Amino acid sequence: MTTIKINLFIVVFGLFITNAFAEDIHQDHGGATYHAFWLEAQHGGGSEGDKSHAEWDGWIGGDTHKLWLKGELEGHKGQLEESEVWALYSRNVADFWDLQLGLRHDSQPESTRYAVLGFNGLAPYLFETQAHLFVSDYGDVSARLKQKNHLLFTQRFGFEPYYELNFTAQNVARQSLGRGLSDGEIGVKVFYEITRKLVPYIDLKYERKFGRTASIARNAGEREEDWVASLGIKFLF
Amino acid sequence: MADVEEEGFKSAWQTVSQWGQMRMSPTDLADVRYDAFLMNGQTNQQNWTGLFKPGERVRLRFINASAMSMYDVRIPGLKMTVVQADGQYIEPVEIDEFRFAVAETYDVIVTPEADRAYTIAAESIDRSGFALGTLAPRQGMKGPAPEKRPRSLLTMADMGHDMDHDGEEMNHSEMKMDHSGHNMNHDDMDMDHSGHDMSDSDTAKMQSGWADAGTPKGHKALQYSDLRALKTQPDQRPPAREIDVVLGGNMERYIWTINGRKFSDPAFEPFQLHYGERVRLSFKNNTMMAHPMHLHGMFVQLENGQPTEKLPNKHTVLVPPGDSYSVLLTADEPGEWAFHCHLLYHMAAGMMSKVVVAEYADDLPDEDATTLDSEMGGHHDHH
Repeated sequence: MTTIKINLFIVVFGLFITNAFAEDIHQDHGGATYHAFWLEAQHGGGSEGDKSHAEWDGWIGGDTHKLWLKGELEGHKGQLEESEVWALYSRNVADFWDLQLGLRHDSQPESTRYAVLGFNGLAPYLFETQAHLFVSDYGDVSARLKQKNHLLFTQRFGFEPYYELNFTAQNVARQSLGRGLSDGEIGVKVFYEITRKLVPYIDLKYERKFGRTASIARNAGEREEDWVASLGIKFLF
Repeated sequence: MADVEEEGFKSAWQTVSQWGQMRMSPTDLADVRYDAFLMNGQTNQQNWTGLFKPGERVRLRFINASAMSMYDVRIPGLKMTVVQADGQYIEPVEIDEFRFAVAETYDVIVTPEADRAYTIAAESIDRSGFALGTLAPRQGMKGPAPEKRPRSLLTMADMGHDMDHDGEEMNHSEMKMDHSGHNMNHDDMDMDHSGHDMSDSDTAKMQSGWADAGTPKGHKALQYSDLRALKTQPDQRPPAREIDVVLGGNMERYIWTINGRKFSDPAFEPFQLHYGERVRLSFKNNTMMAHPMHLHGMFVQLENGQPTEKLPNKHTVLVPPGDSYSVLLTADEPGEWAFHCHLLYHMAAGMMSKVVVAEYADDLPDEDATTLDSEMGGHHDHH
């Protein structure tokens, strides 16, 4: 079974490569395959001790169709607490928006797979926006909204305010989540672009749980909010 | 913040709001920022130098061979007499500076009288730097570098907006454009697009920010409307057909199109011209970038307000953001000719097309709205 899967993969990948490098002069003017891949790693601490965070976000494809890959790792006191890996098909559906469809696999805090449907794009006032809906293999429905803005003081020096909100449509005892707005974070990254491909930054963020999720955390003797300051670096490949 | 002081809070907010709504930036004059600009392959430190004897007439051929950079060119202390545009003779016109699009060429004659170095300065239109060279009586001399001019800001006029219309959104993608609606009345059109008084910065600001080169009062910047062919144009027939060339795109995604299509699109169609026919190409720029539109194989006659017999020949026509230009073309060179935006990244992204000049057996298809204006469709000239 595994062999068949791999062979199929090779065929599909082969076709993709053949297509991407097809010698058609028309393809030289608008049909090229591009990619952009960002990798961020940061380490810092809050009132609960040290925190590490890594995330990647990138795509390969053309103007209309893209393969979008992303993921996140979060560590606390040397333990991996959260791990997400996403693979999405991303299609340009409006001037500033891609419709995305794919899978997300979490290995921490527990092994769960999600079907993902969402949008990625640029909202008015230049807010980079990601909005995704998830259905887990347990049938739970949740959603995430992320926005950030890239503001420059000079050509290289600037700051990036951002926020993230997580919602869940039902109580998920397994994940200590209560229905409604479950948790969120708001922060700012102050960065200096040494080059576009190498960007060190300082990140300051406030994160907290809301509603029932916050009550669950309180009852378990956990903090429901925290301030985290980190040093990070961002690479573009 | 400076805007708030200059314009007051309300007006500054309107500016922020309008650009924010469009998801664009008024400082977006150039796509690429370069660390250095070169003159004859040399950096400003290497200082390319052309030698002259004082009082001698010197002809300089400026060629904008940049991939992505446009300039304002001047030689402080010298008047330039432009004698050729795109390699075609024009009636001499005396100027202080000219805006220089990618792929354009200008031949100018200067007469340096003094025994000193003159600086040839080509300042990029985003004001991020200069390509500098020197005209000098002896090697090793260097004149002063000119003052950097302030960066101009694009206005709603450059976006094809009336200043009074708040937040009206620009058409970012021409994919869904209805080409049949373009029936421009060219008789009534004001062809003198470049007639803004550049030296009056207040007026220019309310009009086109793009066109505001910061030319000092009393200085003459070359305008397209100044160009007059030296000889009489041999073909003065009125155009038999009018062909729309709509320049479109999406800055954010870096998609650039001609008539809503990239060269790579399956639905791409070339511009088909009967051998010998006379047509008008009407450029309409729906984007916020200026596009130097370049045709291979044949010169076009720029409709710049001069009489038909004096229209200048060009191979590259710079169509400013939100603006329109029209040119006439005699299709007298059979073959397939590249026709594209000469900003090379725009071309690579899809802003490339093809003009096919051939002896077609029949009328060119009427339903092809991208190449045939429905109004003009019945008046083909056959030769």
